[in-house]
Amino acid sequence: MATEFLMGNEAIALGAIAAGVGVVTGYPGTPSSEILQTVAKRSPGGIHVEWSVNEKVALEVAAGAAFAGARAMVTMKQVGLNVASDPLMSLAYLGVKGGMVVVVADDPGPISSQTEQDTRTFGLFSKLPVFDPASPEEAYEMIGDAFELSERYGTPVLFRPTTRVCHGNAPVTLREGRTAVVPEGFVKDPRWVIFPRLSYESHLRIEQTLPVIGEAFSGYRFNTLRGEGTLGIATQGISTAYVGEALAALGAGVPAHRLLRVATPHPFPKALALEFLAGLDRVLVVEELDPVIERELQRLAGERHLPVTVLGKASGAVASAGENSVESVTRALAGFFGLPDPVLAAVTPPGEAPALPLRPPVLCAGCPHRFSYLAVKHVMRKRKAVFGGDIGCYTLANADPLNMVDTCLCMGAGITMAQGLHVVQPDVVHFAFIGDSTFFHTGIPGVINAVYNQTPIVVVVLDNSTTAMTGLQPHPGTGATMMGSVAEKVDIATVLRAIGVKHVEQCDPRRLEEAEAAVTRAVDAAAAGVSAVIFEAPCIHLEPAGPMYRVDPDKCQCNLCVTRLGCPAILSVAGKAVIDESLCYGCDLCAQVCPFDAISPVTAGEAGK
Amino acid sequence: MSRTTNIMIAGVGGQGTVLAAKLVARAAMDAGLAVRSSETIGMAQRGGSVVSHVRVSDGPIDSPLMARGTADVLLGLEPGEAVRCLPYLRPGATVIANAHPVPPVSAALKRASYSGEAMLEYLGRTGARLVVVDGDAVCTEVGSPRVLNVALLGAALATGALGFTTAQLEAAIRESVRKKFVDMNIQALHAGARAAGAGPGAGA
Repeated sequence: MATEFLMGNEAIALGAIAAGVGVVTGYPGTPSSEILQTVAKRSPGGIHVEWSVNEKVALEVAAGAAFAGARAMVTMKQVGLNVASDPLMSLAYLGVKGGMVVVVADDPGPISSQTEQDTRTFGLFSKLPVFDPASPEEAYEMIGDAFELSERYGTPVLFRPTTRVCHGNAPVTLREGRTAVVPEGFVKDPRWVIFPRLSYESHLRIEQTLPVIGEAFSGYRFNTLRGEGTLGIATQGISTAYVGEALAALGAGVPAHRLLRVATPHPFPKALALEFLAGLDRVLVVEELDPVIERELQRLAGERHLPVTVLGKASGAVASAGENSVESVTRALAGFFGLPDPVLAAVTPPGEAPALPLRPPVLCAGCPHRFSYLAVKHVMRKRKAVFGGDIGCYTLANADPLNMVDTCLCMGAGITMAQGLHVVQPDVVHFAFIGDSTFFHTGIPGVINAVYNQTPIVVVVLDNSTTAMTGLQPHPGTGATMMGSVAEKVDIATVLRAIGVKHVEQCDPRRLEEAEAAVTRAVDAAAAGVSAVIFEAPCIHLEPAGPMYRVDPDKCQCNLCVTRLGCPAILSVAGKAVIDESLCYGCDLCAQVCPFDAISPVTAGEAGK
Repeated sequence: MSRTTNIMIAGVGGQGTVLAAKLVARAAMDAGLAVRSSETIGMAQRGGSVVSHVRVSDGPIDSPLMARGTADVLLGLEPGEAVRCLPYLRPGATVIANAHPVPPVSAALKRASYSGEAMLEYLGRTGARLVVVDGDAVCTEVGSPRVLNVALLGAALATGALGFTTAQLEAAIRESVRKKFVDMNIQALHAGARAAGAGPGAGA
């Protein structure tokens, strides 16, 4: 029994290893990425771990493994479940043999996501059980419970942590050994082939089983009810911790109350909830994202004609968007109990604070995407063009001064939306920028669609040989796998040519003039059909920095490097460009664009002066 | 009544707030104390504002995030980021701030001035116990630009506000950092402590 200080995601991974997981698949996405990486890092051997091409593929690979009797886990962020929802919905009907847990990390705020969707609601929709851990140490235990429930009822199970659990850290006591799972292998049976007749029977079975699981959940160890009184608080996940802090802050004045914590929002632990509601006048529900518990309690109160008022998001007692905090929950509880908000005596600000710098996330100094965008921008300076963006580090080029991302919807949508735009405004050149990992994820079908429907867009693949935004995960184009083996690289240019793109340019964007020439040729070629430029240059996190660059103040006179590039290493001091050598990566873009030849590499002899 | 120490570590993505938080947590666990922490991971790491919350207590801790008005110690790896976190400070808190600003890209673009000195001057008027560390000097002394995080921990250690001894944090470094970087980080810890010893405002 060792105790380690673990991030929630690491705890989930180690809990899954202890539970005997044999196959782990996923697609990277904040805040879920560290789970799969930790399984790979800490695997005792014998666990298949893979970054799959996308979430749908990941879920299907895991389902196959579970059909053969292995315990399987899939990891993704909440929007990834949208991609995986097709297999998930049907898998709920077919069921599984080996335990299968779909870990979907939600992101209240949102902090790094496109939506504030709630995977608990997806559980209701897909009719799957959902576990909702409140802390790393609980997640470690709960993931094993999820595997057991999955096997007992033959159903895939959703496991839904949120960012503050995923990226919160706590000491976790680890069990020794692993649950031994010996997969039986696939046994041929009509139950594995979905047909309308089978679907009808499955639907009936699901509707009969869910109340049984709900009843079992009323006695589940992490669904807790304590306290007495006519007031009640119901909560979930990380908000449980905020409620604990708020009650401590409000102190002795807090009236008697009941506290319900719901760790399994679906199927709802009805018996436990009724025990909670019995005799209560008012309930405050403290939860993040959708009002899932709030609606269930309101429904139960209606069904049983209970004279209880349920307050929460609908009543405005808890914010309907964004994440909760200790302060927001303290304020909500103070209002609920009729107590003064214990405003903490924070430091009094000594007058108006100086203007704080805005720090939107930016492309790193030396990022090859900056070259690629600049090349396209230069070529299109005098022509009408729309620059379709996609999901990845390169979305950051939407900021000034690059301002090269006109649309961003979801993974792969840059390529397809460009086609819809082109149909309506055929005189405008439509670009679709897409990263290498995103190209494999959902980019390829969109290109086929453009070729097939003869919609002449210019696809720009920003190939930096990694999945950079989520922490440098490998993908099919890199040739490396999570099992540590080297696979055949899937070559993007070959793929594009194979699916009918007649004009494919490949070049290193860091040679700006050549890059501009390639873009010019691709734009010309787009008159005759879909064309593509693949900009190939590795992410700066994969290669050591080159020699730093320095500005000669006597030659510097235009500030073009400052106003055009948005490089975090270039500052403007008293009208002159200055390079911060601690941030400079040595990419030389500024030297390439400087019209006065004022920027040059620092030679070894000068370094540090 | 349990005693809780809330430590906030603020900086810009890439400055090493995560390791600093990990070292405090390790020291707390070795001392048999409860500890929880929370990190900023993801998009903001690309040059955005990042904050780590670390909470250490001799009793159970619920939340990994602290409330506003409850931070006992603030490590500002960047002076503006320290000012941004002021609402979290309790009166009488200790602030350890690096003197050197990281200007944002937006400042360069709009040619707006961003002065680290103005930030430090403002921090000085909050009534918090302010220790300014010349981070560049410490990093030059140790020979690496990557030890600012540990240097500021060393400075906090010297003020007594962390509640740990030098030996405890040295042990935490040995347990948490890759072997070849241990000596460098221990040097940074001591250099930071010496810089703090030079008195409030030193190095500004």
